[in-house]
Amino acid sequence: MTDFFSLYLWPGLIILAQSVLFLVVLLVLIAYILLADRKIWAAVQMRRGPNVVGPFGLFQSFADLLKFALKEPIIPASSDKPVFLLAPLVAVTLALATFAVIPVAQGWVIADINIGILFVFAISSLEVYGVIMGGWASNSKYAFLGALRSAAQMVSYEVSIGFVIVTVLLCVGSLNLSEIVLAQTTGLGTMLGLPATFLDWHWLGLFPMFVVFFISALAETNRPPFDLPEAESELVAGYMVEYSATPYMMFMLGEYAAITLMCCLTTILFLGGWLPPFDFAPFTWVPGFIWFVIKGGLVFFMFAMVKAFVPRYRYDQLMRLGWKVFLPISLGMVVLTALVVQTFGWGAAA
Amino acid sequence: MLGLQAFFFYIFAFIAVGSALMVVLAKNPVHSVLFLILTFVAAAGLFLLAGAEFLALILIVVYVGAVAILFLFVVMMLDLDVGQLKSRAIQYAPFGAIIAVLLLAELIIAGSGTIADPVLASQTALPMAEAGGASNIEALGNVLYTRYILFFQLAGLILFVAMIGAIVLTLRHKEKVRRQSIPDQVARNPSTSIEVKQVESGRGI
Amino acid sequence: MEELLTSYLPIVIFVGICLVIGLALLVSPFLLAYKSPDDEKLSAYECGFDAFDDSRMKFDVRFYLVSILFIIFDLEVAFLFPWAASFGEVGWFGLWSMMFFLGVLTVGFIYEWKKGALEWE
Repeated sequence: MTDFFSLYLWPGLIILAQSVLFLVVLLVLIAYILLADRKIWAAVQMRRGPNVVGPFGLFQSFADLLKFALKEPIIPASSDKPVFLLAPLVAVTLALATFAVIPVAQGWVIADINIGILFVFAISSLEVYGVIMGGWASNSKYAFLGALRSAAQMVSYEVSIGFVIVTVLLCVGSLNLSEIVLAQTTGLGTMLGLPATFLDWHWLGLFPMFVVFFISALAETNRPPFDLPEAESELVAGYMVEYSATPYMMFMLGEYAAITLMCCLTTILFLGGWLPPFDFAPFTWVPGFIWFVIKGGLVFFMFAMVKAFVPRYRYDQLMRLGWKVFLPISLGMVVLTALVVQTFGWGAAA
Repeated sequence: MLGLQAFFFYIFAFIAVGSALMVVLAKNPVHSVLFLILTFVAAAGLFLLAGAEFLALILIVVYVGAVAILFLFVVMMLDLDVGQLKSRAIQYAPFGAIIAVLLLAELIIAGSGTIADPVLASQTALPMAEAGGASNIEALGNVLYTRYILFFQLAGLILFVAMIGAIVLTLRHKEKVRRQSIPDQVARNPSTSIEVKQVESGRGI
Repeated sequence: MEELLTSYLPIVIFVGICLVIGLALLVSPFLLAYKSPDDEKLSAYECGFDAFDDSRMKFDVRFYLVSILFIIFDLEVAFLFPWAASFGEVGWFGLWSMMFFLGVLTVGFIYEWKKGALEWE
């Protein structure tokens, strides 16, 4: 019986507690990311944004949650009910599940698996199902068109994301996300004889891939300027048009969780994860987790600014950018990086 | 840990078999595809339990993330009539039965082979060779591109044929479509797009 | 082997909690909210008039082509992952082996570009 406790119960309970803590922090962060998105968008347009609930509108997202939970849920009569309800559940669960392998500081990770980056790639390639199922089950023309567009769009940009990940792996030689971060302690800067600084991170050595990844991440998460699946002016709200109450909110939550994931992934792959920007005194005192959140926040700020500045793409332009610009560039960079790494040895390319 | 492993094995196996049955029994073809996806996911879980973590995730990336999306597109595009399908299903029943018998025979032959030969049984029972402590994916990478280069290049050629085939079979260009040509737009300047005419007063052009 | 499976156990627990959160959110308005459904409210959205026909219409074959091309490139990426992981081991031979593989598929890519399969019209 003691065997049972020491083998299963205690480790299981510790993991459970860690996961719950991680998810609570994550969900609160997502609530504030949502608020930050609205506030930044408002500031660019010289508006105030949400400012009624709590000081500076700080409790707006929680008020929204309550409001959604008390709204009347509508399931259209002609819809396919099980699939209609399953779709938001799939969207939320998959979007949150990917965070299980994200390391937020040295050793701070729920599941430290060998092939973490492949896990993230695999699960985020499934996120399209929430959209397709929602769009199909609604049995509405707008929802169906939105789902189709979304599927083709996400699929097109996933290829470039795959190639970008491969170039980073070529410089690292491991698929473990923690090792990808630790590989960035040495790089271009240390090769020039400098101490470890932010110049060592992959963003400098692989700059074109950094840009391709960022823009593909926008397209993959259906963010403006690539928000055609929910284009208000033509498809009203795309695949979400028939949803109300919390099922609708779950799609939004899934979308923002996916955005947060992309910010974390950009931080890990290109911005040195939890590493401090300068590896000496005042900077190394700050815990790694804080650096991780700051970097992720900066990436999200770019996401929000792009939403505020850039006009929406037309669908043929979107497909052209994915297939005819990003795919050849990233494929070429895979070949180039491989040649450079093989010629000059490990760690030379980035 | 073995008890937990067996527990997860039975869960995944049950889901795989149950949803595979539902693929055939579901009335709506889209539901069938969704059950097929569940089968793939359960199969990935079984791969993982056998220690093949890379294959498990590749199964999800390729089959669930790509092939099943194509299936969904096809099923949604065909706009199937379920009643008509049901009546035609009887015609195809003999073919299905033949394939089922063949598969069952193969399974029995493979199974009895391992029982009859204890050496073979001990080899097949090993989940995988731990290649010098290297992780699953590295062990695969170390041999795939060098020792098994022929198969690797053949796989590349098959993908190439698939690419050409898909284009030849499905690509139809519509008539009278005006395409955007970005180089032309960028190259446009006053000398190519404006014509200055001298208009005499009182006569118009 | 044992170690490998133990490293995946937290994922199962984590996904389980995500499912519980999702279910709680999904069920809450059905328990809490006021409901008064009527015919108009439950009909599919269609700019104010009744829908003419079933919304699950046939759509452009182009979506089908895009997803086939995606499968091919996705497989290409799947082959690249182990290559990148064991890149230090396989050396120049592995590099040229992969270059040939990518070269063949690049020929295919150029073909589809020239044929206009990548154009959305």
